[in-house]
Amino acid sequence: MKLEMKDQPGQLVAALKPISAVGGNIIAVIHQREATTPAEALDVQIVLELPEGRLERLLELLRDQGIDVVRIGEERLLYECTLIVIGHLMHTDLSDTVNQIDKTGSAEVTELSMVMPAIDSPSSARITIRSTTRTEMKRAIRILRAVAKQKELLIIEPLEDA
Amino acid sequence: MTRIALLGFGSVGQGIARAILEKGLGITVTGLADSRSGVIDASGIDLSAALDRKERGEPCGNLDISSMDVVEEAEYDILVEVTPTDVETAEPALGHIRGALQRGRHVVTSNKGPIALDYPGLQALAEECGVFLRYEATVCGAIPLIRAMQEGLAGNTITRICGVFNGTCNYILTRMAAEGLTYEQALAEARDLGYAEADPTYDVEGIDAAIKLVILADTVLGMRVTLDDVERTGITLLSPEALQLAEDQDCTIRLIGEIVPGAGVLQVSPRIVAKTHPLVVEGTLNAVTVETDLAGDLTFIGKGAGSTETASAVIGDILYIQSRHVQSS
Repeated sequence: MKLEMKDQPGQLVAALKPISAVGGNIIAVIHQREATTPAEALDVQIVLELPEGRLERLLELLRDQGIDVVRIGEERLLYECTLIVIGHLMHTDLSDTVNQIDKTGSAEVTELSMVMPAIDSPSSARITIRSTTRTEMKRAIRILRAVAKQKELLIIEPLEDA
Repeated sequence: MTRIALLGFGSVGQGIARAILEKGLGITVTGLADSRSGVIDASGIDLSAALDRKERGEPCGNLDISSMDVVEEAEYDILVEVTPTDVETAEPALGHIRGALQRGRHVVTSNKGPIALDYPGLQALAEECGVFLRYEATVCGAIPLIRAMQEGLAGNTITRICGVFNGTCNYILTRMAAEGLTYEQALAEARDLGYAEADPTYDVEGIDAAIKLVILADTVLGMRVTLDDVERTGITLLSPEALQLAEDQDCTIRLIGEIVPGAGVLQVSPRIVAKTHPLVVEGTLNAVTVETDLAGDLTFIGKGAGSTETASAVIGDILYIQSRHVQSS
């Protein structure tokens, strides 16, 4: 989000405090003077993670501090993980496989590239999952592992976390 | 002069014999055995003659002398056990090693079976008898990984170990990625070059890598695990298409062994790895990354198999014992 605040000592801290108060996690603070900004005001951009449903309360707290929120850019699915799956993907109901993850509501399959070399031979697919939190990503991968076991698919996971 | 009894006269045993012949190293061989025969000679065995006999396809020694006779009767300071690994029973190596320890002799081995199956028991026996048991060559051939972790990184907490522990699988995956070969084609090529056995199960199903994880977990990380505790997936189902899908994202696929002591992770499986990652090594190389609290991350890369390379690790252990024990006694 992009904030506008008075160029006075203590103002930045005043803007950051409410974020931790609502259980948010600050990822980056970008703080620079722009030509368009009035001399007595300061623009600050903050990238943060916020638990579901806490945004309204945060905006209220910021307003109480006399801070204007100029712009909010929301990105719900912050975490990304790409896996490769090998096996009889079509014969084992690919849409069901995808749906098992999508129906969690907090993780979804956002990209899928599939190669089917020949009828009856196993296909290979690269699946990208996005999720709201790291914990939800772990949950989505656990679900995919369980589905793969049941459908006899091989999952290749990345070595490092996204 | 350090006197050794050498059990096993295949690729590794012959590599050790050649290194001793070429470099001396203050080592003399007073007992020698292959699977069929043995030689005992307190004044030192003629190694070039023994190598010539093997070259001609003959047994290395006398058919009336067994490997166990060498263990029990030869005059040696260190038993060097380099017979082939049996993952199920660990025999005959387990019997050889126990016999030598009970005689109060040091043991150096490249045989994974006994260490993976009964490290705590063997180590306790070695301590009771006041001798060394060393096994550097059991994991990643020439790379001095165990010594680096036990001594060089002493005082560190090791939070994770992950790596390429099997050269055969790494060769197959390298070739599949580079040439678009199928698994079967790459395996056939590996066999032609002598990198894969006629029955490749032990390598391609990740059993070899899993055993190495068990050895590291038990000997370096103080865990108590067995082969059954390792979650294991091999590379036999990998497709050239899957490697291409990884390649499209500047990644590749490698068979990775991973231990995370704190999270109870002990697994061998194919993983997607960025091509710029230090573990992405080519051909039959091995590579291991050790993550620690004080030293940070360290990656070791080197030859994981081969006659001379494995002999290097065995000789390192022999000289370690020689410098600390044999000379002073």
